[in-house]
Amino acid sequence: MWEYAPAPESRDIANLKPNYRMFIDGQFVEGAGDPLKTVNPGTEEVLAEVSTAGQADVDKAVKAARRAYERVWGRMPGAERAKYIFRIARLIQERARELAVLESLDNGKPIKESRDVDVPTAAAHFFYHAGWADKLGYAGYGPDPRPLGVVGQVIPWNFPLLMAAWKIAPALATGNTVVIKPAETTPLTALVLAEIIQQADLPPGVVNILAGAGDVGAAVVSHPDVDKVAFTGSTEVGKIIQRQLAGTGRRLTLELGGKAANIVFDDAPLDQAVEGIVNGIFFNQGHVCCAGSRLLVQESVADELLEKLHVRVSTLRVGDPLDKNTDVGAINSREQLTKIQELVESGDAEGAERWTSACPLPDKGFYFAPTVFSNVSQAMRIAREEIFGPVLSVLTFRTPDEAVAKANNTPYGLSAGIWTEKGSRILWAAQKMRAGVVWANTFNRFDPTAPFGGYQESGFGREGGRTGLEAYLDV
Amino acid sequence: MAAPSTSPSLPPALADAVRDDASLRRFLHGLPGVDQVGVEQRAAGLGTRSIKKASKQWAIDTAISMVDLTTLEGADTHGKVRSLAAKARRPDPDHPDVPRVAAVCVYPDMVETAVEELRGTGIDIASVATAFPSGRSSLKVKLEDTAYAVDAGATEIDMVIDRGAFLSGRYGQVFDEIVQVKHACGDAHLKVILETGELATYDNVRRASWLGLLAGGDFIKTSTGKVSPAATLPVTHVMLQAVRDWHTQTGELRGVKPAGGIRTTKDAIKYLVAVHEVAGPEWLTPTLFRFGASTLLNDLLMQRRTQLAGHYSGPDYVTVD
Repeated sequence: MWEYAPAPESRDIANLKPNYRMFIDGQFVEGAGDPLKTVNPGTEEVLAEVSTAGQADVDKAVKAARRAYERVWGRMPGAERAKYIFRIARLIQERARELAVLESLDNGKPIKESRDVDVPTAAAHFFYHAGWADKLGYAGYGPDPRPLGVVGQVIPWNFPLLMAAWKIAPALATGNTVVIKPAETTPLTALVLAEIIQQADLPPGVVNILAGAGDVGAAVVSHPDVDKVAFTGSTEVGKIIQRQLAGTGRRLTLELGGKAANIVFDDAPLDQAVEGIVNGIFFNQGHVCCAGSRLLVQESVADELLEKLHVRVSTLRVGDPLDKNTDVGAINSREQLTKIQELVESGDAEGAERWTSACPLPDKGFYFAPTVFSNVSQAMRIAREEIFGPVLSVLTFRTPDEAVAKANNTPYGLSAGIWTEKGSRILWAAQKMRAGVVWANTFNRFDPTAPFGGYQESGFGREGGRTGLEAYLDV
Repeated sequence: MAAPSTSPSLPPALADAVRDDASLRRFLHGLPGVDQVGVEQRAAGLGTRSIKKASKQWAIDTAISMVDLTTLEGADTHGKVRSLAAKARRPDPDHPDVPRVAAVCVYPDMVETAVEELRGTGIDIASVATAFPSGRSSLKVKLEDTAYAVDAGATEIDMVIDRGAFLSGRYGQVFDEIVQVKHACGDAHLKVILETGELATYDNVRRASWLGLLAGGDFIKTSTGKVSPAATLPVTHVMLQAVRDWHTQTGELRGVKPAGGIRTTKDAIKYLVAVHEVAGPEWLTPTLFRFGASTLLNDLLMQRRTQLAGHYSGPDYVTVD
């Protein structure tokens, strides 16, 4: 047997500090809230203490953003704004290794993903949107589309830096100023991004980064002087925000949960479909709102596909997020791990057939072995609820119509995957799919030029591409 | 169509596939397609595995033991083959613990010399045959070419398929040729060279792989080394998947040999990672995986010294043969 020797990335590269502070009006400041301790989910060790915001800090941040909007950023020519945004993009690239290691420490995702996906894609979002800043008149929203003002943003823990980039880059390119709150369990890379923003000499107040739990997020989104709210997170919280903002005239975009179907037709390229299924549900430990968590496979190839899938999933290496050979890292928090366990138990109780990879798991830290449920029916909780973990539910279908009906039979509608060698079937199925993103013969591909967003309880508004600019413009 | 000389007990689905020309075509065209983007993404992804320390040392020694040390030049002489054989026996004279290579690979007229030099070493003598590298000759000539090499003492035959026949859809003809060459091989192992650089698509690579396996090839091999591109990682992925699927269906283990263009230890390790994770750990043996290479061996030896000494030496410290 060939055992790969441990190949850990050095944690020193993360430049970890014992304390992190919030970023308001161009300064790093202590907040009035109780400091929070952020934990390395791979080892359960405390990484650092982070100061959090009180109500007064939120007011201060919004005021700073308003001032920056009215005096500087809102009236700055696009070509000038672009220079700052390009500079941020380049600084992210320069500090890519530091950001990648820090992200893996704080979030638990494998270093190969933070290194090859999160950080490069975050830089790509700034580069892409920097290019739009002086071309907004050509974006299709009239000759001189105006910014909205102060934007309040709340982002989740699954892609901490990347989600910050998704939110901040288009807001800046369109001339808005930002108050953003990263997730309670993963505030570190956003606060390093604050350093980068300071390094890039962005005028004070244009971007303000707060830290804290849900109460801080609630204070940001419900602040009366915020003109637009952008939220990525759970459907439950999204509904609360929508209720709060109803009737206020403030703009809102929501990117919420999902229970995406990955449909494999019998003429699919099976080996690559297996890769796509694995990528769809085990990428980032399944902590992906657009994860392909429901596999719909045509009955005539179901046994063959499932056998191949088990073999492939058995090769996934679960463990130390900093090891360069780790495929599946740590679950972000004990709370999330408990939630996954609870849903998996419901799968057992409701009669689905559970298969779990025999891979060894570390003794410490929050880990969950890749799991595949077969004989799942649409009525089971594991087919309806978002698990947000490395757990796949396999259902079968007999005809293309049945596949589409089952795929759409969910209150969500964020993404979908279609696997077939037949081009006409791809087009037919994609058209029928009630999902914001449809991937054909691939999965979980992200690009700043492609709009991303959902249907129904997966939210509304798009991020990325020309369409994504609309969310931050007065059109 | 001729019956395959091996695999008398193919499972019914596969036995049916080789019943006649039409069945063979139906079978090959019924194989699941290969998605180009997907297979290349997977190959690139696996290529980022970081192999360090003990696992790297193991990989280097394993790779050395899998090398088919090759010279296939018009300018080959008996002297050249003798020095290659010496290298095969003792790759690094300063380090007698270096494993010997798997085989020496030469043209048929050089087999006799290689046999003399390698007698009693356990190193196999591979010979290319069947109008290598183009395969453009009559079946009669190809079979005689094979018999010539086998009679001279070759223990392994690397044949080329008729790519022209394959690309024009005459699968039965390609199949028959492989079956007959296999027959002419007697006890010698047969490696079937697909020349994937001329097959152009991954779908073709998969079909040709199955064709070679159905016809009784002990190994499927990517390339002659005379056509560019020669071996690539994604092509090798497709072939490894084919031998794995073959094993699932028949229980038999067949081998894969990428050849041409693999020159560095880093590349070799990427291939071993693919063998390990695509086919499976049981393929990590010279009986089931080989590298067709000439310059790779010296890089492996240099890296081996680096691992042991903790510093780089240089090309002058390994022998040029």
